[in-house]
Amino acid sequence: MSVLVDDDTRVVVQGITGGEGKFHAGQMLEYGTNVVAGAVPGKGGQEVHGVPVYDTVDEAVEEEDADASVIFVPPAFAADAIFEALDTDLDLAVAITEGVPTQDMAKVNKRLTETDTRLIGPNCPGLITPGEAKLGILPGNIFAEGDVGLVSRSGTLTYQVVDSLTQRGIGQTTAIGIGGDPIIGTDFVDALELFENDPDTKAIVMCGEIGGEDEEEAAAYIDEHVETPVAGFIAGRTAPPGKRMGHAGAIVSGSGTGTAESKIDALNDAGVPVGDTPEEVADQIESFL
Amino acid sequence: MKLHEYQAKQVFADAGVPTPASTLASDVDGVLAAADEIGYPVAIKAQVQVGGRGKAGGIKLAEDADEARDAAESILGMDLKGYHVDRVLVEEAVDFVNELYVGVTMDRGEGKPVAMVSTKGGVDIEQVAEETPEAIAREHVDPAFGMHPYQARKAVYDADVDPDLALDVAGVLTTLYDLWDDRDGSDAEINPLMVTSDGEVIAADAVMNIDEDALFRQPEIAEMEDEAASGDELEQKADEYDFDYVRLEGNVGIIGNGAGLVMTTLDLVDHYGGKPANFLDVGGGAKAERIANALDMVFSDENVDSVVFNIFGGITRGDEVAKGINEALGQFDEIPKPVVVRLAGTNWEEGMEILNEDLVTVEQTLEDAVQRAVAYAEDEEGDQ
Repeated sequence: MSVLVDDDTRVVVQGITGGEGKFHAGQMLEYGTNVVAGAVPGKGGQEVHGVPVYDTVDEAVEEEDADASVIFVPPAFAADAIFEALDTDLDLAVAITEGVPTQDMAKVNKRLTETDTRLIGPNCPGLITPGEAKLGILPGNIFAEGDVGLVSRSGTLTYQVVDSLTQRGIGQTTAIGIGGDPIIGTDFVDALELFENDPDTKAIVMCGEIGGEDEEEAAAYIDEHVETPVAGFIAGRTAPPGKRMGHAGAIVSGSGTGTAESKIDALNDAGVPVGDTPEEVADQIESFL
Repeated sequence: MKLHEYQAKQVFADAGVPTPASTLASDVDGVLAAADEIGYPVAIKAQVQVGGRGKAGGIKLAEDADEARDAAESILGMDLKGYHVDRVLVEEAVDFVNELYVGVTMDRGEGKPVAMVSTKGGVDIEQVAEETPEAIAREHVDPAFGMHPYQARKAVYDADVDPDLALDVAGVLTTLYDLWDDRDGSDAEINPLMVTSDGEVIAADAVMNIDEDALFRQPEIAEMEDEAASGDELEQKADEYDFDYVRLEGNVGIIGNGAGLVMTTLDLVDHYGGKPANFLDVGGGAKAERIANALDMVFSDENVDSVVFNIFGGITRGDEVAKGINEALGQFDEIPKPVVVRLAGTNWEEGMEILNEDLVTVEQTLEDAVQRAVAYAEDEEGDQ
């Protein structure tokens, strides 16, 4: 009923003694996520919400058999924390941190090609398999178990679309927030591939936004490889060129690439309907099921 | 963060990129003194952060003191595409025979830095990239190793740069890459890189954009930040409040949490026939004071005829948002413009309980909230 995470996933929280890390570790535990360890340099031996804290991720993985990490570490130390996660045998690392320098992410991107660990984020809300586990900061109560996969570059937009679905009784297999930065780990194509190969996912929602060409690449991939019906949404139709719209990656370049129009056209050409409103996306998904 | 030309030139010169002699001046006497020192002819260049300065009359050549005075008088104080010119760069006019382009940027599709060289310098390089992409040689760089000198040479030879100049241009490109890397650049460009009749290369213009997210480790660059550079008082105010804010042309003020959701709210305003006045993201976990600041921001825009709040709480709590709205609006005898509020997600019910509905209009769904705000804006417009 899911991709990437389920109730067997054993989670280590990097930065669990910080304000955000502590709060969201609590929220994750409350949701039922199997949080087995924290990792914070210098804080080994402590406990947070009854969860043991280790000085290194390596030790946390060794002692508690963790297979996924969620990273709540300030931007200046985030790349180092991601490298640490990538240097263990974890299957999955989820970086929530907003504001990681782009050059740091270029180095992380290079390391990703040398490891088997999958990275989600940074600058993302994380991911959730409703009823089983959430890794990140998504509000669990708006999600419901079901058969729609969702992938999105924006956190709060994810909540809006999921709310529209759940209100109609349409649940989700897994929802993945991939983040709004120029360089990220898992992208649309990776997530679409996962959902396409998941027999329980009957329809897919893809929420994109202005900036870059990831949506165009996703459209080409859908055209070639995706049988599962996909409905799309693209935020930023009204964005002026050259202005960063909140996300580091959400900027239409002066030469006209990265516009909402080019993304919507590419998706339409691949047979993906793009809603004008989140409700229209939900209508479309309803018609697929 | 974008550096002014004079700042970028200083950074480039410090790193060893050849640049023309130049001095910054802010009045006519300063321009004349600088020109005397440098020696005529000089170029007088408006220091504002817009493209196409030359065509807009912001760059003039002066052969002597009379011409320099005329140029300084016409450029200083001028309005250049909405930006007030209060500083000019007085610069040695380079006698050139050819113009090249060199640049370094992040290729986000590849997730790697890319170095670029073109013999089509001195023109709009984005147009070149669109119309004749083969005229720009590109070399991707492994960010873990940095650019090897052979890569710079390869790019230069691929671009068919004159063999006599190739090693000098490759040297400039290597320096530019190292600088871009050290300073957390997002773009670094020299256009044009002029070739003098003596066969020397010299950076006649300089563009440097720095990754805002990396300013914490670039204190010297951060100090160069020119608050007035955006040219918009409201955007400066947004900087003080630390909001992600973009001013737009319309009259429906928009406040929300999360970039994607705020963009979506803008798009919906447009979809329902209204015109967004701004993008304002309060970010995650905003407390009451921040919400009040956001309202202050949007009310200070005289074009705003109505305001829509769209909050979908995750980290952000509905009760904090409601408290902020009550506090901000409670200070007015009469609310300046109608405010529509839509709260969802974390603690929205607690928020609805404390929200003072005498001050705002409440809607349950995003669609209803946006349509109500658009209708209010139309009414307000009709009243004027």
